[in-house]
Amino acid sequence: MFKTVIRRAGKCAVVAAAGLMMMSAQAAEPIKIGSFLSVTGPASFLGDPELKTLEMYVEKINEEGGVLGRQLELIHYDDVGNASSARNFASRLIRSDRVDIIVGGSTTGATMAAVPLIQQAKVPLISLAGAVVITTPVKEWVFKTPQTDRMAAERILTDMKERGITRFGLISGTGGFGSSGRTQTLEVAEQMGMEVVADVTYSGSDTDMTAQLTNIRNTSGVEAVLNFGFGQGPAIVTRNYAQLGMELPFYQSHGVASDSFLELAGASAEGLRLPASPLLVPDSLPEDDPQKEVVQNYKAEYEARWDSKVSTFGAYAYDGLMLAVRAIEEAGSTDPEAVREALENIDGYVGVTGVFNMSPEDHNGLDPDSFRILEVQDGEWKLIK
Amino acid sequence: MLAEFLQYLFTGITIGATYALIALGFTLIYNASHVINFAQGEFLMIGGMATVSLTAMGVPMIIAVVLAVVLAGILGIALQRFAIAPAKQADVVTLIIITIGASIFIRGIAQLVWGKEYHVMQNFSTDQPIEVFGAVLNSQSLWVLGVGAILVVALVLFFTKTLIGKAILATSMNKEAARLVGIRTQMVLMLAFMVSALLGSVAGIVVAPITFTSYDIGIILGLKGFVAAAIGGLGSGVGAVVGGLSLGIVEAMAAGYISSDYKDAVAFSMILLVLFFMPRGLFGAKVVERV
Repeated sequence: MFKTVIRRAGKCAVVAAAGLMMMSAQAAEPIKIGSFLSVTGPASFLGDPELKTLEMYVEKINEEGGVLGRQLELIHYDDVGNASSARNFASRLIRSDRVDIIVGGSTTGATMAAVPLIQQAKVPLISLAGAVVITTPVKEWVFKTPQTDRMAAERILTDMKERGITRFGLISGTGGFGSSGRTQTLEVAEQMGMEVVADVTYSGSDTDMTAQLTNIRNTSGVEAVLNFGFGQGPAIVTRNYAQLGMELPFYQSHGVASDSFLELAGASAEGLRLPASPLLVPDSLPEDDPQKEVVQNYKAEYEARWDSKVSTFGAYAYDGLMLAVRAIEEAGSTDPEAVREALENIDGYVGVTGVFNMSPEDHNGLDPDSFRILEVQDGEWKLIK
Repeated sequence: MLAEFLQYLFTGITIGATYALIALGFTLIYNASHVINFAQGEFLMIGGMATVSLTAMGVPMIIAVVLAVVLAGILGIALQRFAIAPAKQADVVTLIIITIGASIFIRGIAQLVWGKEYHVMQNFSTDQPIEVFGAVLNSQSLWVLGVGAILVVALVLFFTKTLIGKAILATSMNKEAARLVGIRTQMVLMLAFMVSALLGSVAGIVVAPITFTSYDIGIILGLKGFVAAAIGGLGSGVGAVVGGLSLGIVEAMAAGYISSDYKDAVAFSMILLVLFFMPRGLFGAKVVERV
């Protein structure tokens, strides 16, 4: 009799202890942050700094005690710049890894391939890709951190207008970035009452754009030239522009806003303007600029850890991760609906890319002014405004 | 009007000369083995990239160029010895596939060693463009044309005046017979790969200041060079030069006068037309099938 009581009590204790352990295990269970990025392959210049940034800050946040007292766990796949593997990895993140939020999709193609899955599975996604289609029209579960190409076009054309330019020539790459940029530029130009008098393109593999530029030069009434594209193409365009001795104001897009572009284009880049992240000129930002500290810190931390130059693309991942963390903290849990709502209501988050003010109608939260207009002077970026 | 035309012509000739040099590399190996060496573009890349990285390490330009060319030559030999030779009696098609594999392999190594960025090489002489009747010509274009012309002449002399050159030609015409008269055909093949690698790397070096260079530059230029070689008739040196130049000029004219969107379409229609009416290309040899 007595023995059985003890036995029962023992059993109870075991069950209770097991229960307690399970509970504490649950409390310490990490918050899973999923990610699919183009770390290798043609878009590796995007994915590589993005992954480095995510790894580094997940580590840092964990050292500082994590989020809501839980550690972060980064689950990452490399989509090699391929949209269909991006979709497979997104599906794996949702179904088998059961992540709480996804930060990723380096390219517009990869992001858009994953969007239907995300919408269906109801997991928040913060994309790091540029094109306007990702958040316009608004998709309930999809957010993004980079400015859209439309904002870049708006920023450039506004700057042209301020210089009294209303008729310009457009030369764009035929790749996804260039052609989307071209469409947006044409639309914005019409809205702003400006005229695109010459409209030529080049393919990503072209090694000489002199013919296209000659075409623009011989069009009457051209007052400036805008090149929308990325990769080495714009650097060749810039060199050909200088070789042809063209002296009209010259604009590039944010697609080439990096120090490696300056290296490629060399002296030919002198005087050209482009919209860019403040990350390129952290020290020339005015003291009262709210982003100054964030930008300087990110640059210093990244360069100290990886011993390589910081890039604007890594900053998209920084903002993506920080927005996710902030939303989870606001929501107080990882409940997807609560996190989604918190993301949608983010107001005044000061990131490296800009100041984010999300709303149910705007899942990007940036405005064109988050781009700074830079000019190349003496081989360096100079902040114009 | 004239200035515009000249501008397009200069652009076309410069690109065309590049295509021609690559096409010559294809021609050389095709002549020796009937293999189309799809790693030809990679020789080009090795030339440019090695020169850039050596000069970055402080090696004087001329020595860097020589070292880069030697490196490419060694690579050409290695490609033949370790990839082509072991396949021995394999089909030409199999060998072509091997070269595609080799090109991917070389590209992978280059990506690991040199990274994925584009690199820039300074013009050999002045950065100041030359003006001719209102059109401008990059001084580097003259280097491309000059070096191209020298290489073409050297190749012609090599094939007609030297014993080794004649041995390569003999091997291409009839491997068995060549072996019977005492030509070491494996050696000849190796030589062909080496010379074509040298040619490719020199082309890669002279065009690098115009096109920039990166680990994957060989894909695009290699393909265009192949198109040029096919237009000219595979196996013909003159054909490679004419094919390259005409491809470049047609591309530039199409981009200038029609629309840059149709540039590649025009170039590829050209190859279709040529091959349709002259299946062996403009200068292709008349081959009699042996029964």
